[in-house]
Amino acid sequence: MNMSQLLLEALESLNSNKMRSGLTVLGIVIGVAAVISMLAVGNGAEASITGSINQVGTNLLFVFSGGSQDVRPRTSRPLTLADAAALMDPFAAPHLQGVAPALQGRGEVVFAGETKTTDILGVTPVYESVRNIKLLEGTFISEDQYYGHASVVILGVDVADKLFSHRDGLIGETVRIEGQPFRVVGVLAPQGGSAFGSADNQVIVPLTTAEARLVSRRGGEGTVDILFIQAVDFQAVPAAAEEVAQILRTRHRTPVGEDDFTVFTQESILNTIQSVTGVLTIFLGGIAAISLLVGGIGIMNIMLVSVTERTREIGLRKALGARKRDILIQFVTESSLLSLIGGIVGIILGWLISFAVGRIAAATGNTFTPIVGFDAILLATVFSAAVGLFFGIYPANRAANLEPVEALRYE
Amino acid sequence: MMELVVNARGLTKVYKMGEVEVEALRGATLTIRRGEVVAIMGPSGSGKSTLMNILGCLDRPTAGEYFLDGAAVATMNDDELASIRNHKVGFVFQSFNLLSRHSALANVELPLRYSGMTNGHRRERALEALTAVGLESRVNHRPTELSGGQQQRVAIARAIVNDPAIIMADEPTGNLDSKVGKEIIATLLRLNKERGTTLIIITHDAAVGEQTQRIIRIADGMVVDPSEVAA
Repeated sequence: MNMSQLLLEALESLNSNKMRSGLTVLGIVIGVAAVISMLAVGNGAEASITGSINQVGTNLLFVFSGGSQDVRPRTSRPLTLADAAALMDPFAAPHLQGVAPALQGRGEVVFAGETKTTDILGVTPVYESVRNIKLLEGTFISEDQYYGHASVVILGVDVADKLFSHRDGLIGETVRIEGQPFRVVGVLAPQGGSAFGSADNQVIVPLTTAEARLVSRRGGEGTVDILFIQAVDFQAVPAAAEEVAQILRTRHRTPVGEDDFTVFTQESILNTIQSVTGVLTIFLGGIAAISLLVGGIGIMNIMLVSVTERTREIGLRKALGARKRDILIQFVTESSLLSLIGGIVGIILGWLISFAVGRIAAATGNTFTPIVGFDAILLATVFSAAVGLFFGIYPANRAANLEPVEALRYE
Repeated sequence: MMELVVNARGLTKVYKMGEVEVEALRGATLTIRRGEVVAIMGPSGSGKSTLMNILGCLDRPTAGEYFLDGAAVATMNDDELASIRNHKVGFVFQSFNLLSRHSALANVELPLRYSGMTNGHRRERALEALTAVGLESRVNHRPTELSGGQQQRVAIARAIVNDPAIIMADEPTGNLDSKVGKEIIATLLRLNKERGTTLIIITHDAAVGEQTQRIIRIADGMVVDPSEVAA
């Protein structure tokens, strides 16, 4: 029998028991839709997170004090402003464009009885260009304010929202940070979450002011917590990381393999996050795949019932000259067709679910778009066809091996 | 010179029913010439059905030789048997055994599908067979839309469509009233005359047996009376 005839006959047979075929297909539909939408959500989450990291700037490096291994305290030195200055040597570190040392702390910001606990970041004026800072209004901390230990502050939007309930017209207001008055000179544009907490829930002050009045220093004068470093471009990041490590090793006189600092690149952070979201996607997809498996068992169940019901038909076909192979192909075609239809409907449903998830996310203010990948569609199609084939073969084989005499006598 | 279509010697069939072995056939020997019309008769449990299954190539004998139209059937594998059934045997069953989802035409085409015939040719042959049984005006009806006699005639058309060497009719009138039953037997006999196809009818009905040329009587798994009726 040729292909189109096989398909036609299988369709007729499935059509003769619509309710049962429909319910069996539903199992596969749900399985495939779950796989498609879960993979879409996983991929969307990954894209959303990596997207927000890329927003920060892919040519950015971070240097923290403290090594990756246990470093002997005696030889461990903190990062200092002098380290930052040394990194700006254009001959030793040609791939570096800017170095912004920063102090980090936490404290309370108060205005007119409203209090907000927030991150306090003490920075140098170059921080603006290194981090590509955008302001809703006002200006960034100037050289004069830096060297003058000025009591000026730039508010993150979350802080502004909490203290003032609005984001504009705040220039010139005075807030109290840890009890001391600071004049507001700018408001940060909203950025959303990043790898290091929310960039919106922070206040930025001159590093000199923070050092003198806000953040208690553990390592003595001139020490900083973190260096933000800008490489000249994306391609220069690995070279820049190597230069930074070389210079700091020399300055800290650390033995090889016992660095008392850690250089993070956006790339390494991206890799970490991608492996995390990758695991998440596989996990979600795996759970969805289980439901596809259950759908496959449903197909097997129904095909077994169908074989029993049609024992006489099988006997007749054999009496008329059908070989084992003919019967096998007939039943495998039916089960494959069931799962193929389920696969196609499931892909459409999965896409609709992903679309709905995206709309719900958008409605709740998250910029999160599930991505229905071609690979997910391919995977679901292949997997559902394989499920139909795999779970169809056992019942089909049982049908093919029926003895014609007994099958004809079956009531 | 009449050539033998069925030549069976010492057919034995042993079934295992759990621990017990049941001998359904005990050395049945019979021959049937091409174009003959014979009835196989015998009481229930005589081994009649077992003999029919073996003659129709649905089953293999435990021991003995069987040549159908010159082919040694007893030693064939399942696929070879399927091919022999397809080309050399036409079945007519007591309960018609038509596929209810399909039209009369599709039912008659079914054996030809398994012979790998092309669509157009198949349709032509099936229409010709349906015309031969007088159902040319019912080709697109489904079995449920046909009377019992019409259904059995569709089954007969299905049996002759592949021009088989023998037609095995197992109680073909068992589910029909006597008037329609007579018409069916008449149709079978007419096709035997027109086409020269060997006809083997398994029956309880003595009236049916009398219309054949020869009655082969079975008892206790053996052929007891292969006596010939004048042709």
